[in-house]
Amino acid sequence: MRNAFIEELVALATAHDHIALVVGDLGYSVIEPFADSFPERFINAGVAEQNMAGLAAGMASEGYHVFTYSIANFPTFRCAEQVRNDIAYQNLPVTTVAVGGGLAYGALGYSHHAVQDYALMRSMPGMLIAAPGDPYEVRACLRYLIANPQPSYLRLGKAGESIYHGSIPEVSPGRWLTVAAAEGDESAVHLSTGATLDLAMRLGRPGGDAVCSLPLWGMFTKGAQAEQVARAQRVVTYEDHLADGGFGSWLMEALATNPELRQRVESRSLDPSVCGLVGSQAYLNALGGLR
Amino acid sequence: MTRNSPIDETEALAQELRADVLTMVHRAKASHVGSCLSIVDILAVLYGRVLRHDASIDKWPDRDRFILSKGHAAAAVYAVLANKGFIPRSDLERYGAEGSPFMTHISHKIRGVDFSSGALGHGLPFGVGKALAAKRRKADWRTFVLLSDGEMDEGSNWEALMFASHHRLDNLVAIIDYNKLQSLPTTAATLGLEPLVDKLVGFGWEVREVDGHNHFRLSEELGSVAWQPGKPSLLLAHTTKGKGVSFMEDKVEWHYRSPSDAQLASALAEVRGSEDA
Repeated sequence: MRNAFIEELVALATAHDHIALVVGDLGYSVIEPFADSFPERFINAGVAEQNMAGLAAGMASEGYHVFTYSIANFPTFRCAEQVRNDIAYQNLPVTTVAVGGGLAYGALGYSHHAVQDYALMRSMPGMLIAAPGDPYEVRACLRYLIANPQPSYLRLGKAGESIYHGSIPEVSPGRWLTVAAAEGDESAVHLSTGATLDLAMRLGRPGGDAVCSLPLWGMFTKGAQAEQVARAQRVVTYEDHLADGGFGSWLMEALATNPELRQRVESRSLDPSVCGLVGSQAYLNALGGLR
Repeated sequence: MTRNSPIDETEALAQELRADVLTMVHRAKASHVGSCLSIVDILAVLYGRVLRHDASIDKWPDRDRFILSKGHAAAAVYAVLANKGFIPRSDLERYGAEGSPFMTHISHKIRGVDFSSGALGHGLPFGVGKALAAKRRKADWRTFVLLSDGEMDEGSNWEALMFASHHRLDNLVAIIDYNKLQSLPTTAATLGLEPLVDKLVGFGWEVREVDGHNHFRLSEELGSVAWQPGKPSLLLAHTTKGKGVSFMEDKVEWHYRSPSDAQLASALAEVRGSEDA
């Protein structure tokens, strides 16, 4: 996902001279193509995330679409108030990019485990979450964000994710993207956001169920969920995030006034017992219940 | 002094602002009157003599940007915007009123305001982004950020100070309203800022000190930025919280209290009376 991100960003920045990239002293062997191609639009803010987010908002207020880039929790939790007040509240086109969503940096420990980031970011009105499921969805999300500038959060995995689309899909906030159609009568939909698309395919596909990805979502897209849930007998959500404040909880909140639909939803997420443990992403995901 | 000197004009503007702020805070039963009175002279000089602005054009691209980082002193900025024609004077009556956009911490939803603050330590990083944008686009407008002294406790300011000098942002001007009082109650007793000039110089800024109520000196310094090509400018303005109202001066309780009817009358008489002094 990291490579798809930087390739697409360079392509977009070639066409749009208002795209800037501000990194928090991270991105070695990832961000160089952008930094080399557009030195006037690349800034390393140093290990100073509050200033990174604040200055990104300042640049965005002067016509730039700014991508801030760091890993795990650093561009979100470390500077949460700057994201809340300076970017989201003032409705500025800053895309906060976190690489290593979930337990991608499993061996690095709890400081580097991003398993509460949806909870933080989706609590902000106007914040669009972009959590692509494969490299093509990364490109689709980036194109959408440039065409529709707004406060946004792009959560990337790391590297080595499978490719599920044959080309860049059309994406729209709140709209489920079919990755694999049901074989026969549709009974269950396995609905993933972010890099757990792999898991949804592995668990959902053998039974012939439909598998969908929801790469763009947020507080303001809840209204579009009921009619999509209504088409399925059962919806299983997947996320490499804690249940509290997560994606499955978001979907159930969206159905709060419709208990009949809400009871069709079953959420697969990480058990909090995994917090603080160390291991590979696959090991920790399995330990946390994503298996 | 002649009535027509530019300094007299900014002095007269500051007197208007003092009366406006007192009236607004009293009407809204709001806090932070001391914080407002601390900066009205700086605002009067900025808007009267220094900032490039045109109230007839909303978000004029060539304007100098002004950011109030100590957002709790919003009443003073709303007052100067009304006096300069950005918003109607009648809007000042909406300050802090139910359902009004004129929140008591400054709001970007008000015409002429570039940034919402209220949480401290946000204005300078935002201003750094604006100054960087101007540099990268080779635009000649400048960015002025007004901070409080207590706000210098925030680490984000020191991140921004370091960034601004590293990137040679000489189109950025920070002003610290150094009234030496914060919430509980003095800066010296809370987290000593001194030696503040040495620290700021050490962070790579060109630093000057001024009596923050002396319009001549404020005009002289703010009117001549950038003082050093390649370096951001920092004006350390020594001020008195509550300046102009004797019973409010240097008193931390006027960070919180709102004047009673009698106190308002007495305060207005004092600030208006100073015209003849």
